[in-house]
Amino acid sequence: MKQYEYLAKQTLASYGIPIPPGKVVDNPDQARKAVEEIGPAALKAQVLVGGRGKAGGIRFASTPSEAAQLAQQMIGMDLKGYTVERLYAEAKLDIDQELYISVTTDRNTKEPLVMASRAGGMEIEDVSDDQIVRRYVDPRVGVEPYFGREMASALGLDGTIFKEFADLVVKLYRIYQEKDAELVEINPLTVVHGHLVAADARLNIDDSALFRHPEIERIEEGSDLERKVHEIGLAYVELDGDIAVMANGAGMAMATLDAIQYFGGKPANFLDAGGGASVEPTAQALGVLVSMHPKVIFVNIFGGITRCDDVARAILQVKQTVGIPVPLVVRLVGTNEAEGVKLLADAGIAAYSEMAEAAEQAVKLAGEGR
Amino acid sequence: MAILLTSQSRVIVQGMTGNQGRFHTGQMVAYGTQVVGGVSPGKGGRMVDGVPVFDTVREAVATTHADASIVFVPAPFAKDAAFEAMENGIRLLVMIPEHIPVQDAIAIVTRARDLGVVVIGPNTFGIISPGQNTKMGIMPNHIYKPGPVGVVARSGTLSYEIAFSLTNAGLGQTTVVGMGGDPVVGQTFVSVLEEFKRDPDTHAIVMVGEIGGSAEEEAAEHIKSLGKPVVAYLAGRAAPPGKRMGHAGAIIERGRGTLESKEKALTAAGAQVVTMPWQVAEAVSKVLR
Repeated sequence: MKQYEYLAKQTLASYGIPIPPGKVVDNPDQARKAVEEIGPAALKAQVLVGGRGKAGGIRFASTPSEAAQLAQQMIGMDLKGYTVERLYAEAKLDIDQELYISVTTDRNTKEPLVMASRAGGMEIEDVSDDQIVRRYVDPRVGVEPYFGREMASALGLDGTIFKEFADLVVKLYRIYQEKDAELVEINPLTVVHGHLVAADARLNIDDSALFRHPEIERIEEGSDLERKVHEIGLAYVELDGDIAVMANGAGMAMATLDAIQYFGGKPANFLDAGGGASVEPTAQALGVLVSMHPKVIFVNIFGGITRCDDVARAILQVKQTVGIPVPLVVRLVGTNEAEGVKLLADAGIAAYSEMAEAAEQAVKLAGEGR
Repeated sequence: MAILLTSQSRVIVQGMTGNQGRFHTGQMVAYGTQVVGGVSPGKGGRMVDGVPVFDTVREAVATTHADASIVFVPAPFAKDAAFEAMENGIRLLVMIPEHIPVQDAIAIVTRARDLGVVVIGPNTFGIISPGQNTKMGIMPNHIYKPGPVGVVARSGTLSYEIAFSLTNAGLGQTTVVGMGGDPVVGQTFVSVLEEFKRDPDTHAIVMVGEIGGSAEEEAAEHIKSLGKPVVAYLAGRAAPPGKRMGHAGAIIERGRGTLESKEKALTAAGAQVVTMPWQVAEAVSKVLR
């Protein structure tokens, strides 16, 4: 779960990491008051996408009335597909230097990784390797102050900044660990009047660990439909095609999208109905697909733990209750296949046994393909 | 033979009296697995499918000499269960639950390295050795058969699809391993390939990968020196960047973890890369000839 910048900064501040003075702004009047209080400020759109600056999501206001005017323009604007609902007014900084620091999990070594660079302010992927200091953390040991000093030394920092940086590494690692962060990043980490200040911050929390963090504000990401499907406990991602897809298991669902694309079609979504879903959740998932008004619905099931007859019952339930007004292609194999296929056949729905054939048919019915 | 799991493995089930634990204990016993005990705190003394239930792993191991455990407890308690198993001598640990916090997975995997424990998962369908009539996992029993192909996969149902297509093409399996769909898991493609390399009965290996991370790229380095043919199929060609495709680990982040870079690395290493799941069996037939 991604956190808005202002929430990430609140977390940094609570660990004693310096952040610029700032105020959350929900309307032009609050923007005016914020600038009256903190002086010339950057108004930053609070959205969960990178590259806000270039997209017009960060504007500077030197006076309170200018702040009110800008806030009027910015609140409600569309930024890379997200509606801006809230701004963060932050005091303008006299920046001498921009650094980078992050803590994340390295999947290959299965250890926490601290990365730092003197080339801050740009995406870390665009920084050349020789400008990045990488240090893995032994999880048995954690990060003691010496670890931070060694990183500061490797970066060639000195004086006050050396000490502040070493201290910051320890604090940032504590956030990573205590908040179950997937990523905690300060970019740029700025030097202002000889001291470190976190000018921007990203904090992504491990969804699986939210149960032990009641103190962390829940941020809902995604479209209305995505949110709705997540609420019924299914993995769902909206895509921009017109063939609606349901499969059981994340890998199968991905492979199904690939198959549609392979035959020249465009999938409308990723939907994993679960590796062992029963009638009710499967019916709910299918109901969601119907509500999307796709050209075709493609259900691709390999029944392992999922039983084909349950899937067939779910399809019939949706057909009889809300109706399925678009062509439906079903591929059904595995556990209780014969029962499932018969249930569908009795209702006039033919089921395929080969994934390739079924995917090709779905694409054909959508009027696409090669 | 097989890798990691054989008919000699003595298996306990942690979380045996829950719905999932109970159902899959029955399935594992039916397949031929030596399930020697179960653990459910406070429910010691009961029986499930003729298997005795204990309150602690310590008692279960002392009584049954178990060396392997499969964990079905809810994710928030999985770290506790894993440590209980490892500290009491379990050396093959299969972690079924999804949504185990990454920090917990790191702690489990780190301790496992120190103790020499093989961890399969978390968020895995498990491991099955058809020639040994033994499985630790939630995969359906009927889709496998003994044979010369080793399979290592990240994803459950997709691996079922592919294993079943191999079985239907007359290509049985030595062992099928599910690494798990989470960002931090116990095995890597490299560690499993190394096991298959040592197994004299495995003559070809199928890798079922997906977008996210760089496990496939790391494996590519290893394939060059494997001495056995590898067929790879990877899912996620149509996946957009920045979106989690169901698995916590299946995401293209900041331009990394794309299918193109994985397929390129695998092809360069000499693996047969196929683009669709139904092409796997034919490719395996060819490399076995």
